[in-house]
Amino acid sequence: MELGKRDPITGRVTTGHEWNGIEELDTPVPRVVLFFLTVTTLFAIGYWIAMPAWPLWSTYTKGILGVDQREIVARQVAEARQERAPWVDKIASMDFAAIQADPDLMGRVQLAGRTLFEDNCAACHGVKASGGPGFPNLSAKSWLWGGTPDKIAETIRIGINSTNEDTRISQMTAFGRDGVLDATQISNVVAYVRALSGPGSDDPAEAPAIAAGKEVFAANCVSCHGEDAKGKQDMGAPDLTDKYWIYGGSLDTVFTSVYSGRQGHMPHWGTRLSDVDIKILALYVEALRPQQ
Amino acid sequence: MIARLTVAERQSALLILIVMSFLGLAMAAAGRGTPFGLHGFLVIAASIGVGLPLLRKFYAPEPDPAQFEQYYDDPTKVGIVLAMLWAIAGMFVGVWVAALLAWPDLTIDAAWASFGRLRPIHTSGVIFGFGGNALIATSFHVLQRTSRARLPDQLSPWFVLLGYNLFCVVAATGYMMGVTQSKEYAEPEWYADIWLVIVWVVYFLIYIRTLARRKEPHIYVANWYYMAFILVVAILHIVNNLAVPVSFGDFKSYSAFSGVQDAMTQWWYGHNAVAFFLTAGFLGMLYYYLPKRAGRPIFSYRLSIISFWGITFMYMWAGSHHLHYTALPQWVQTLGMTFSIVLLVPSWASAGNALATLNGAWHKVRDDATLRFMMVAAVFYGISTFEGSFMAIRAVNSLSHYTDWTVGHVHAGALGWVAMITFGSIYALVPWMWKRETMYSARLIEVHFWLALAGTVVYVFAMWNSGIIQGLMWRTYTDSGTLAYSFIDSLVAMHPYYIARAFGGLLFLLGAIVGTYNVLMTIRVAKRERAQSGGGTDVPSYGRDPVLQAGE
Repeated sequence: MELGKRDPITGRVTTGHEWNGIEELDTPVPRVVLFFLTVTTLFAIGYWIAMPAWPLWSTYTKGILGVDQREIVARQVAEARQERAPWVDKIASMDFAAIQADPDLMGRVQLAGRTLFEDNCAACHGVKASGGPGFPNLSAKSWLWGGTPDKIAETIRIGINSTNEDTRISQMTAFGRDGVLDATQISNVVAYVRALSGPGSDDPAEAPAIAAGKEVFAANCVSCHGEDAKGKQDMGAPDLTDKYWIYGGSLDTVFTSVYSGRQGHMPHWGTRLSDVDIKILALYVEALRPQQ
Repeated sequence: MIARLTVAERQSALLILIVMSFLGLAMAAAGRGTPFGLHGFLVIAASIGVGLPLLRKFYAPEPDPAQFEQYYDDPTKVGIVLAMLWAIAGMFVGVWVAALLAWPDLTIDAAWASFGRLRPIHTSGVIFGFGGNALIATSFHVLQRTSRARLPDQLSPWFVLLGYNLFCVVAATGYMMGVTQSKEYAEPEWYADIWLVIVWVVYFLIYIRTLARRKEPHIYVANWYYMAFILVVAILHIVNNLAVPVSFGDFKSYSAFSGVQDAMTQWWYGHNAVAFFLTAGFLGMLYYYLPKRAGRPIFSYRLSIISFWGITFMYMWAGSHHLHYTALPQWVQTLGMTFSIVLLVPSWASAGNALATLNGAWHKVRDDATLRFMMVAAVFYGISTFEGSFMAIRAVNSLSHYTDWTVGHVHAGALGWVAMITFGSIYALVPWMWKRETMYSARLIEVHFWLALAGTVVYVFAMWNSGIIQGLMWRTYTDSGTLAYSFIDSLVAMHPYYIARAFGGLLFLLGAIVGTYNVLMTIRVAKRERAQSGGGTDVPSYGRDPVLQAGE
């Protein structure tokens, strides 16, 4: 190659080409570049020899270490299962009462239950299980379908108004929209229901509406919510006397509930979570207490 | 600018616009009331938008033949401005989505404003809108100077530039309407993809036709990289977007690939988009504007050769490192990982070649923010290629994959390398293009530099921390062998870093706004100066008087 002039700063000569004022020095490739090119290439070749690497016609080079990522993951899953077996097997085989009586097991339930709950349930029920509009507060002990661990586990497994064939089914009639009650009757029964759990009950001006509402309640609501309005857990009908509301306790919201009815949904988790996971969750939820 | 087109070129342009209008009309009719139909109207509007000013100057006399003795820089000038505007738009949406991640409640109740639709507007806006326009604009400039040949004609560069921007607008508006292939960096649907192929082939032909007429015996390194960028992006784009439309009147299509083959094709595309769009193209920029600005010869021609062939050969294999520990056969993962490791050497050789070129000009780096942009870009290029090779190692990837570390890595490259080299190059190029000695304000370049650097550092450090914390939390187990943290625990841990990231991004956006202002003011001042001096200030800012030659 015909070389150009010498660069005064580096002492190197240029290649003799010039593009709009840009020149190039004829500096040899630094040794360090060649060194690392060799090192990385040798590493790559070594890795190819050791590991599955190159495709052949209908198979591939397996590598002398005999590593297979599917075998590895299968082994790791088995190992993890083995590691958890001592307590997981107990949870699987023991009944709820026996597990609850075992402090060591309950400690593990608390640990595993929290992440299971937050990863699967918290999206609707909240991280602290305190619920939100449309989603029941699970720490309130105000159960729709029963609060014993086996009842909770069943609810988790089959869901509520879900696509599971055994699903729990519950629907509140749309008393207003379906023409069962007129607007005055609904207003009265709303006043009565709200008075059951406190707000507004001291106002004497509301007394006539509350009294009228009590009659409406007796004629229309007791079949599901019970004579005492404490709900029926075999029908998923909520207790109306406690201070917890699923959809909210404001006048408007309770009116909407009576007028348009309600039908909440909970997915069924039986096909997504293992039996042990569901058991852990049931115990975890049962043990929840209201956050102060 | 239109009067500078020849009469024949104006006629051809009108013909193209008429054909496009009819195509748009057909789209609008076939896809009545759907996004496809709306895009038809967009095509019509774009054709008319270009057609009206064309018609106004349509009967202007033939241009002065003397102009063919000079390089053709009008498309470059427009491309620079478009690049800066896309930078602001794309980075603004980036800050928006970053804010949504930190404060999700800030969203408005509209489908187009949902995170999933805004995010590709950000990525396409900055990569294709900002990066693509900058590449097209600078490549036309570099190509002519280093070939000592004028662009082969004046129409095809406009077709490439404006056609490409039409593609970008169709892409971004499509995302807002839910039009997407759901392939990262390849979201635009089939009709936009076909349009881009046409534009890209014309782009490639411009390059070939100009190089064929070059007056220099050798093809300069920058052109190797620009050529690799154009050629490989064409191949990637065509293969990854092979799809069957539901009908020719509907935007929806289904990929020709399925399952793990689809994943592998997508990441072969995705990683080589990083390699040939975001690396090769911008190395072309670096190889011209850095030595030019520094006034120094390239450190080593031989190193350039090793780097170029190393990068082009090795990157092609690396895509599978995006699919470690997946259904992809392990041997493919092995190849992706090992080639990614070897790839570090030519990458660092390129960064080193750039930095060693600055030997003898470090005092300029200290004083000149434009050159400092380019120097820092080379440093970030080195940092992010090291990080990339490191993250391609399977064991490292098991921690980093699916975390914010990946996001941090991408932005170390996109902000630190791609955007910095672009801003540096544009600051060098704008005074040359508009015949001024300097930019409007050197101080504003300095302000932009520090905003960009601070924004990048804040962003990247926030995402490193966030990503590593996230990865570690996901793989921490209790003594019982169950997960120690729920997913939402990791979200809570990430929150402060998300705020920091949004802040870093905001700094970078502010820098881009300052830069755009500076560019626009330079143009304005240059025009005013030319008007005052009667158009006589042809400042020869080049190293020597440009030796120009006639076009065809």
